Amino acid sequence: MKKKRNYSLMIGLVMSGIVLILAVVGQFWTPYDPTGMDAAARNAGPSLAHIFGCDNFGRDVFSRIMNGMGTTFFVALCTVLIGAFFGTLIGAVTGYFGGWLDEIIMRINDALSAFPSILLALIFISLLGTGKYNIILALGILFIPSFARIVRSEVIRCKELEFVKSAQVMGAGKFRIIFVHILPNAAVSMLTAAAVGFNNAVLAEASMSYLGLGVQPPEPSLGLMLSDAQAYLEIAPWSALFPGFVIVFIILGFALVSEGLRVRQSR
Amino acid sequence: MKYILKKSFTLIITLLLVSMVTFGAFSIIPGNIAITRLGQNATPERIAALEAELGLDRPVAERYVDWLLNAIRGDFGESYQYSGVPVSDLLLERLPVTAILTAMSLILILVISIPLGLLAARKEGSVIDTAVNLLTQVTMAIPAFFLGMLITFVFGLVLKWFQPGKFVMPQEDLAGCVIYLIFPAIAIALPKIAMVVKFLRNSVLSEVGKDYVWTARSKGNREGRVLVSHVLRNAMIPVITFIAIVVAEIIANSIVVEQVFSVNGVGRLLVTAISNRDYPIVQAVVMYITAAVVLINFIIDILYQVVDPRVRTE
Repeated sequence: MKKKRNYSLMIGLVMSGIVLILAVVGQFWTPYDPTGMDAAARNAGPSLAHIFGCDNFGRDVFSRIMNGMGTTFFVALCTVLIGAFFGTLIGAVTGYFGGWLDEIIMRINDALSAFPSILLALIFISLLGTGKYNIILALGILFIPSFARIVRSEVIRCKELEFVKSAQVMGAGKFRIIFVHILPNAAVSMLTAAAVGFNNAVLAEASMSYLGLGVQPPEPSLGLMLSDAQAYLEIAPWSALFPGFVIVFIILGFALVSEGLRVRQSR
Repeated sequence: MKYILKKSFTLIITLLLVSMVTFGAFSIIPGNIAITRLGQNATPERIAALEAELGLDRPVAERYVDWLLNAIRGDFGESYQYSGVPVSDLLLERLPVTAILTAMSLILILVISIPLGLLAARKEGSVIDTAVNLLTQVTMAIPAFFLGMLITFVFGLVLKWFQPGKFVMPQEDLAGCVIYLIFPAIAIALPKIAMVVKFLRNSVLSEVGKDYVWTARSKGNREGRVLVSHVLRNAMIPVITFIAIVVAEIIANSIVVEQVFSVNGVGRLLVTAISNRDYPIVQAVVMYITAAVVLINFIIDILYQVVDPRVRTE
């Protein structure tokens, strides 16, 4: 079969690259002060000076998006790291050893995945309270099961293969086999899972902040910008629509990357 | 029958477990509820008095049994924030709204996605198929609340087909309420329609290659009839399980979408209760939603039996 070019991966990487660069730059430099208010530019429409327009306080929407993306990415990155770290640990151990522990943990996993993640996140938030670090903790815990499941199935697949058997014969320790021999083989699946998880985290953070239960003002976040701007949807639609489109752009970019990785792996 | 009994038993056990976790979780919350309500400067006597009033000085197990027995009778205690108002009153007032919204979204999803899924499968690789695929990718990338905002902007503010924020409770004006809920329902349904279409399309495509389809064709059935009365019946089996997940997600998304369209449903009740740390309401709503999710899974399990006789013999 002729090798088709992996457009999903290419376009996805470009899109994610753009947002990542903007987010990193936005932590050090933005065209305007993200919290600086300009009474003359209140609800000003998009123009050359303010490409995404200004919000109700005369703050530059583009600068706020650049800065706010940082918070959104920080939350998403921490969440994925927490989920991936504990998920890998749990998945690797339960997958390799099996037995009753595996059975119990997988049943809990199944039960958790029957519930929509927004609801679980809301329950965690009502227990922990609102705020940036609580939302990271809540979403991180929430993402453990999905990583655990993926790593577990990879470990189960690999543990019967020749190279693992030969490592066992050579007398390698169980944990050495799991972490040095088996897990590197799960890297691509985990990367795909991380891209999907990252997206879910961006979505969840935005939703929680929109509901007023996530990142708290004055810290900027895309979800928070949308909820602030909703009241002015009629007079200044840009201050709500642009942050929203940026969220869609971010998610689409990472979705294409994970799709591309999946295609590449199945070749 | 035996199967249903067995499933019902599991259902009750699950609900009990959920109630224990819900109650337990809210009993070990960091921070004292009495202090939260009275402020940091409250005297120990006042805190003790309030704890006694709320029954917080008794052991957790005893409070749980009490709470559960009352909850079964539909009594979830009184709200902290509207003091004296029974939680069940607040819940019963809001429940019809969310129920109507969920039902409308589900109907929209089924009515639109089944024909579209069949069409996409029949014209595999055509423009429709590609369009459906593209729509799936895009709608899945739009957060529910932003989709709601886009719909508010386009249909509410630009086209003026409805007045955003002018929601009426069904108890006052049922027709007006249903009409207002059309747009929130679309906001919830659109991403799910894309998901169901994609799922049904793949399910149909995995069936059309099978022998019984050729038999049906060779008997002289027309292609449309083969698809609808032979393939669809089998292709729907995995879709039914998928619908259970979709319904759970509709309920979850309604929490966010109710906020966008200022619909006074259970979701909004939950969100305000969480911000105000009104735990009796949070407990009750969480219990209701989880019970709904578990019940739907139960019904789907039973339905699965009816649709797929192969499961029955096992």
